[in-house]
Amino acid sequence: MTRTPQTSFLGRIDGDIAGILLLAALLIVILPLGLDIFRLNMVGKYLTYAFVALGLVLCWGSAGILSLGQGIFFGIGGYCMAMFLKLEASSPEATKIQSTPGIPDFMDWNQLKELPWFWEPFHSLTFATVAVVAVPALLAFIVGLAMFKRRVGGVYFAIITQAFAAILTILIVGQQGYTGGINGITDLRTLKGWDIRTDEAKLVLYFVNAALLIGCILLCLYVRRSKLGRILVALRDKEDRVRFSGYDVASFKIFVFCFAAALSAVGGAMFTLQVGFMSPSFVGIVPSIEMVIYCAVGGRLSLLGAVYGTLLVNWAKTMLSESFPELWLFAMGALFIGVVMVFPNGLAGLYQQFIAPKLRRLTTRRTDAPVAGAPIIPPHTAAD
Amino acid sequence: MVNPTDYLLAVEGLTVSFDGFKAVNDLSFYVDSNEIHVIIGPNGAGKTTVLDLICGRTKASGGSIKFRNRELTAMKEHQIVKAGVGRKFQNPSIYDDLTVFENLEISYPRGRTVFGALAFKRDAAVRERVAEIAEMIFLADHLDQRAEYLSHGQKQWLEIGMLLIQDPELLMLDEPVAGMSVNERKKTAELLNRIIRNRSVLVIEHDMKFVEDIAHRVTVLHQGKILSEGSMERVKNDPKVVEVYLGH
Repeated sequence: MTRTPQTSFLGRIDGDIAGILLLAALLIVILPLGLDIFRLNMVGKYLTYAFVALGLVLCWGSAGILSLGQGIFFGIGGYCMAMFLKLEASSPEATKIQSTPGIPDFMDWNQLKELPWFWEPFHSLTFATVAVVAVPALLAFIVGLAMFKRRVGGVYFAIITQAFAAILTILIVGQQGYTGGINGITDLRTLKGWDIRTDEAKLVLYFVNAALLIGCILLCLYVRRSKLGRILVALRDKEDRVRFSGYDVASFKIFVFCFAAALSAVGGAMFTLQVGFMSPSFVGIVPSIEMVIYCAVGGRLSLLGAVYGTLLVNWAKTMLSESFPELWLFAMGALFIGVVMVFPNGLAGLYQQFIAPKLRRLTTRRTDAPVAGAPIIPPHTAAD
Repeated sequence: MVNPTDYLLAVEGLTVSFDGFKAVNDLSFYVDSNEIHVIIGPNGAGKTTVLDLICGRTKASGGSIKFRNRELTAMKEHQIVKAGVGRKFQNPSIYDDLTVFENLEISYPRGRTVFGALAFKRDAAVRERVAEIAEMIFLADHLDQRAEYLSHGQKQWLEIGMLLIQDPELLMLDEPVAGMSVNERKKTAELLNRIIRNRSVLVIEHDMKFVEDIAHRVTVLHQGKILSEGSMERVKNDPKVVEVYLGH
């Protein structure tokens, strides 16, 4: 009776880290070697959604809180970055043909005479970078405080987040002079004088994005492996038991919701940098639901599964849209139904069920007898 | 007569109504330190509601619940737990997706805030305490097993273990032997007899044999009110009790 869960824990760490290394090799070596810069930039764009999917794995997969409004945070993160870039692109020299030079073009078209107060701080890159994470996290905190303290959960929470996504879209579209309206913030050019539209810049940004994603996966892994991660799983299962074990359940839900929001926002900011614009079409209900589908297809219980799911669904979307544009929405619908009905734990679930046991058998055969005699530990949902 | 404030738990004039129906009506009772107090009564008497009120799951419409002279009715659930009140639910309430070890570890009273939980380290103290409790609840060989795969009786023991690891001063158990096999029942009685030392226990139970074995004092509830109170011997011979409950 000396064997404690610690031993199985170590085994799991190895598996997780190996998976992350494999993904890192794919993203940092294989894809850049195999794809031209146009396609690579596209992969970079897909990967920005993977940040959202990671957040959903923690929030929805671990804690069972389904948010249908993650586009809100993706969008706000993207807008914070876009505001900085837009201000840099709107120097008095570059905009001297406007009736008010020095303000973004869409403000000029909307007869604004000066920069609105909330745009002022976005002259600073430091402020903008902090705001990318802080503003969505703060919003998530306020929403979470209002909802979770009152014990709003489940489908009601999902509907409310969806309503927020709709509200934010309407707000952005309606306040054209302040936000760029339906077109969003476009024509972004440089980051501190560095032209982000060139192929070299796109390559650099791809690598920055990939590295950030790997970093975020590691961070998520740390959170899931901490006691907090296990408490999230526990409260998904028996919320009352957690509450009556001395935990303030609401504060844990608020934390994971904020965490997911911050992750989504990092993705949004990287989207703006790589794609060169941000618009309300990434904020609303439809993109938010699409993001949930990426996570569901990959497997909401698996961090790596969610990343692969995001890549696959987006790749399929691009391929289908290029050849049969009218088919995509049907394919998306079919995919969602398929995931829910046939493989509720997504690709990662299929992997766990069919491939992982074979791999385990292979590795057991290679090692010695004592290991083969060890009890088999059932696959753990808290880890990948 | 002892001054009420000397009791560990003092429930006075407790009332709760659901849409005008008084599930608990002007109820007063006291639990001493190291006392095993059993609440019995027919279905719908308000027994579980009383536990719900004490642990904060249901808010009282009136009256007071004092635990070591602290008013519980004004506190949140997790604060009540931290004050030293542990509660076991009627159906085994454990975390199916976690192992037995992890189930116990979550109940270990450390790192209960968000950042405390993030920084929580599974150190020797935690492992020893979990092993000690697991031994006590007959689950020492199941630490790595997912709780979902335990039998009904083992799940009940696990939940009792999850309370023990908190080391509460007042332990509240809602039908701890319900649905158990004869063998499990015997082991549970043995377990309860061991863990009730040095703490007060408030138990709801239907099994009269079991109640007789453990109770220091029995309160009989009927329609949200106290029908009879005292030793098992006295209660058993109370004609009112025989009529509404034991006579069945």
